[in-house]
Amino acid sequence: MAKPEQCGNCKKPATIHLTQIVNNQVHKVDLCEDCPFKKGVTDPEGFSLGEFLLKPGVLPIGAGEAVTCPGCGFAPIDFKKHGRFGCPQCYETFKGMLKPMLANMHKDVIHRGKVPDRALTRVSIRRKLEELEEGLQAAIEEEAYEEAARLRDEIRILRSSLADAPKA
Amino acid sequence: MHILPLIEAKSELTDGGLPPEPIVLSTRIRLARNISPFSFPGWASEEVREEVLDKCIQTLSALGTLSSAVALRMDALSALEKQVLVERHLVSRELTESTGGSGVIITPDQHLSIMVNEEDHLRLQAVRSGFNFKTAWSDINTLDTVIEGELDYAFSSDLGYLTACPTNLGTGMRASAMLHLPGLVIQEHMEKVIRMVNQLGMAVRGLFGEGSEATGSIFQISNQQTLGETEESIIKRLVNILEAIVEQEQNARQMVLETKAAKLLDKMGRALGILQNGHLLSSEEAMNLLSLMRLAVDLGLLDEPYRAHIDRLFIETQPGHIQFTARGEIEPGQRDEQRARRMREEFRRVDGLRISGGGAGA
Ligand SMILES: [Zn+2]
Ligand SMILES: [Zn+2]
Repeated sequence: MAKPEQCGNCKKPATIHLTQIVNNQVHKVDLCEDCPFKKGVTDPEGFSLGEFLLKPGVLPIGAGEAVTCPGCGFAPIDFKKHGRFGCPQCYETFKGMLKPMLANMHKDVIHRGKVPDRALTRVSIRRKLEELEEGLQAAIEEEAYEEAARLRDEIRILRSSLADAPKA
Repeated sequence: MHILPLIEAKSELTDGGLPPEPIVLSTRIRLARNISPFSFPGWASEEVREEVLDKCIQTLSALGTLSSAVALRMDALSALEKQVLVERHLVSRELTESTGGSGVIITPDQHLSIMVNEEDHLRLQAVRSGFNFKTAWSDINTLDTVIEGELDYAFSSDLGYLTACPTNLGTGMRASAMLHLPGLVIQEHMEKVIRMVNQLGMAVRGLFGEGSEATGSIFQISNQQTLGETEESIIKRLVNILEAIVEQEQNARQMVLETKAAKLLDKMGRALGILQNGHLLSSEEAMNLLSLMRLAVDLGLLDEPYRAHIDRLFIETQPGHIQFTARGEIEPGQRDEQRARRMREEFRRVDGLRISGGGAGA
């Protein structure tokens, strides 16, 4: 996961790392926050994420080729049309490009407000259940019956906590 | 007519106005929320939008807080009904223009409403008359917490609530107030105020119209930034700025009374004359006249009960409402006639501005 530390343009420390696949070959591009975007992000009024990502040199986009979001197939070029993201997962996919933009847009880049505890608890219980069920399947196939019984108990307890848990 | 019960009901903005509030007309907070793992409405397929709409309407209608609310699908509404909802700020223009799979849920008193599949899956809104952020925040926060018990919000611990547009990330909150600022408009101070407010990270918009030439001297002021602060601290910053503007408006009114009382009284007197005797009124002219009448109430020249009346007329004089009360779409010329008729009826019983000794007492 080591990433080159220098901007491909001006040799300042790079903080933006893009990955692109062209003709089945992976290309990595590293940029600093300053040189390619400067103009596009300092003017929050006339701000268009699409335009700024499409500025020559910002993203190595050939016709129709770009990093796409595994969650929804969204590509940076789609900002041109939408000015908005495709799905929640886009924020993970396009994380590197977001940071400098958010710093210009908001008070800070870290959320300090409300947290949806109940929704998050529910999601993590469900994720845990999936893991346990996979484990159970494996235990049965390996004929590890003691282990399987233990997992079954754990699953039953979690299921009931999910059922009582967050209902309004 | 799907929305008739809403228009006929006593709503927060048309009947809520207690205690009387001279400058801040209303307070509004909205929260943008999305449901994991669905694509945002603007990127989702028609089927996904329909799925999200069904899921939301089903889940939300079952909540105690919303048990008597109406759920409306946008594609079941006529163009006129949509316009009326826009004029009441219950839905956005964007929602009315969206293709299938969008809707809105509205409580009978209209103080809570939820747009489904606008820019985000959910846009929760709480409205209160007057200067009332404490109640508005507690209303919307409670509703949000209840919904969170049922739906999986898209959330990241770093970026907060994930929204279609990065400008809404974090809290997803837009808090705003509607201010009536005729003093600052007459004194030509609005441009300066707008610049100051913008520098402090808040946005100013004319409610009916654009820029500093807002019709009716009504302005909406809201926070621009949503990420990096708690909801409470965003609201606190906004309230501080609003209080400063209210003070400036009071000073401006005082200055107007001291330096150009006759000019102001002349304007208000003529406004009342037109409202009582006019036969053609555009919605823009009506707004401006109503604005002067509200100022007259603030200055003690009209009886206090007219305030709620005037606030109601601000909403009902808009083109959609005029046609809706006329029970059908009518030509703009006929609308102006209809509007003037309504105003004549509403202001018929006013005996004139109560002026003692040639000056106006504030
Ligand atoms: Zn560089
Ligand atoms: Zn995506």
